[in-house]
Amino acid sequence: MSLLALSDVAASYGASQALFGVSLEVAEGEVVALMGRNGMGKSTTVKAICRMLPASGALRFDGQDLTRLPSHRAARLGIGLVPEGRRCFGDLTVAENLLAASRAGEWDMDRVCGLFPRLGERRGQRAASLSGGEQQMLAIGRALMTNPRLLILDEATEGLAPIIRQEIWAAIAALKAKTGMAILVIDKTLAEQRQVCDRAVILERGRDVWSGDMTALDAEVTARFVGV
Amino acid sequence: MRREAALNAAILVALIAVPAWAHLSDEPFTITLATRAVILALAAVGLNIALGIGGMVSFGHAVYFGIGGYAMGILASHAQSYTPMELFGLSIEGTKSMLVIWLVAVVLSALAALVIGLLSLRTSGVYFIMITLAFGQMFFFFSISWAAYGGEDGLSIYVRNGFPGLNTLVPIQYFGLCLAILLVVLWFNARLARSPFGLALNAARQSPARAETVGLNPMRLRLVAFVISGAITGLAGALFADLNRFVSPTMFSWQLSGEITVLIIIGGVGRLMGPVAGAVVFVALEHLLGGLTEFWHIYLGAALLLVVLFARGGLVGLIAGRPGGGGGGHG
Repeated sequence: MSLLALSDVAASYGASQALFGVSLEVAEGEVVALMGRNGMGKSTTVKAICRMLPASGALRFDGQDLTRLPSHRAARLGIGLVPEGRRCFGDLTVAENLLAASRAGEWDMDRVCGLFPRLGERRGQRAASLSGGEQQMLAIGRALMTNPRLLILDEATEGLAPIIRQEIWAAIAALKAKTGMAILVIDKTLAEQRQVCDRAVILERGRDVWSGDMTALDAEVTARFVGV
Repeated sequence: MRREAALNAAILVALIAVPAWAHLSDEPFTITLATRAVILALAAVGLNIALGIGGMVSFGHAVYFGIGGYAMGILASHAQSYTPMELFGLSIEGTKSMLVIWLVAVVLSALAALVIGLLSLRTSGVYFIMITLAFGQMFFFFSISWAAYGGEDGLSIYVRNGFPGLNTLVPIQYFGLCLAILLVVLWFNARLARSPFGLALNAARQSPARAETVGLNPMRLRLVAFVISGAITGLAGALFADLNRFVSPTMFSWQLSGEITVLIIIGGVGRLMGPVAGAVVFVALEHLLGGLTEFWHIYLGAALLLVVLFARGGLVGLIAGRPGGGGGGHG
């Protein structure tokens, strides 16, 4: 059984409909890339999964219906979100950001700082004063502190220096290799996604139009739907 | 942080040294002023949990101050008249024990904060301010019309209530008692701000939507903080009533809610010792300027304007700079 299963999900921003029927599945331990051009509904799909946006259709996580849950209950079921634009709690220090999100489980501050040593060096520093890359690491660390079963990374490497992007991708690869965590990735860098992700789902105008193994994602498909 | 710690220590030393000097110099009025500052600081520390950490701009915290005050007034008035109060068919004796009065004040204030919080925390921004203000006015007008307990004239208590081992009528002893409570609450506040609960509340203040994505329930966090805040302010109300040996509807007034808020803004929103610094400055201005002109509030207003315009972190922020960690605030 899939850990996350979306079937024919529709969602709107007021009168403006953004999703017209998205179906996708993520199994335990699987890393899935959610792809598509800008404005095709990737982040809206994430918002629907995390219950930040009302949605219709079937949304199930570990067999439980998500559609009636508030956002914090969905998170407590085990959905960890790294939101687009980092969005740390700027007035809190690195350690306080991590503690605020902490829930019992194998991920604690030491383990997060082991994954991102830069965070360990800056435990007492206010999040607002961190570099963009460090804030991104903190956003990932904060999501890990909730001990999620599914980690959703929404544009986690956007706008970062190449060396920082490498660090983030290395961390994602390490999460895949060393934990059984399922990961849903939204990113614009195809090469890195090919290396880390098992499968891809492509959205086009609010609908899923292609899904399959990463190895089956050929140049024709990416040129047609992803624009690369 | 070092500067803030030094400033905090200096404020505490001054708070102990001035009444100690007044006691040695036989200046009981100065001790009473210091006690007033300590009690107002306690009320403001309570509000600062809701306002500073939780970002809830409550304009009705006088409700809890008044409930604490009336808890003292009603219990003590029944004790001094040797008549039990009749409540829901029960006959309840009054008491002159501060410990019992504090317990009643804290429980009733917490219950009121729970009910008011459940209704008002569904709103935010100006609507939250208006709802809390409306609750304040509701209690204010109720107390005016409550003839059994003095109505508009209030209630006088002839002898200050008792605390085991102390003569609370001796100014320095009552001051010491109030200061001890303030120190305990400040310690609790410091622990709370850095606890996972306090950090989560702080996170929910910065972004409720983001906090929800990490599994935090902003409504529940705010409600708990609001109840704690109300309970502390209620305790301050009981102490204030005992200081004056008098309670009246002004303890429920919106002006008092405003004054508690002003203390925090002057001292530093979200800063541990901000309410204490604000209360000391407020009482000092009230005494010094109040002796010169009855329009002393104009000068207080000017001081408030200067702080808001040029010292957004209040006096503590002005002297100590921005806080090192998020822990307690957003100054």
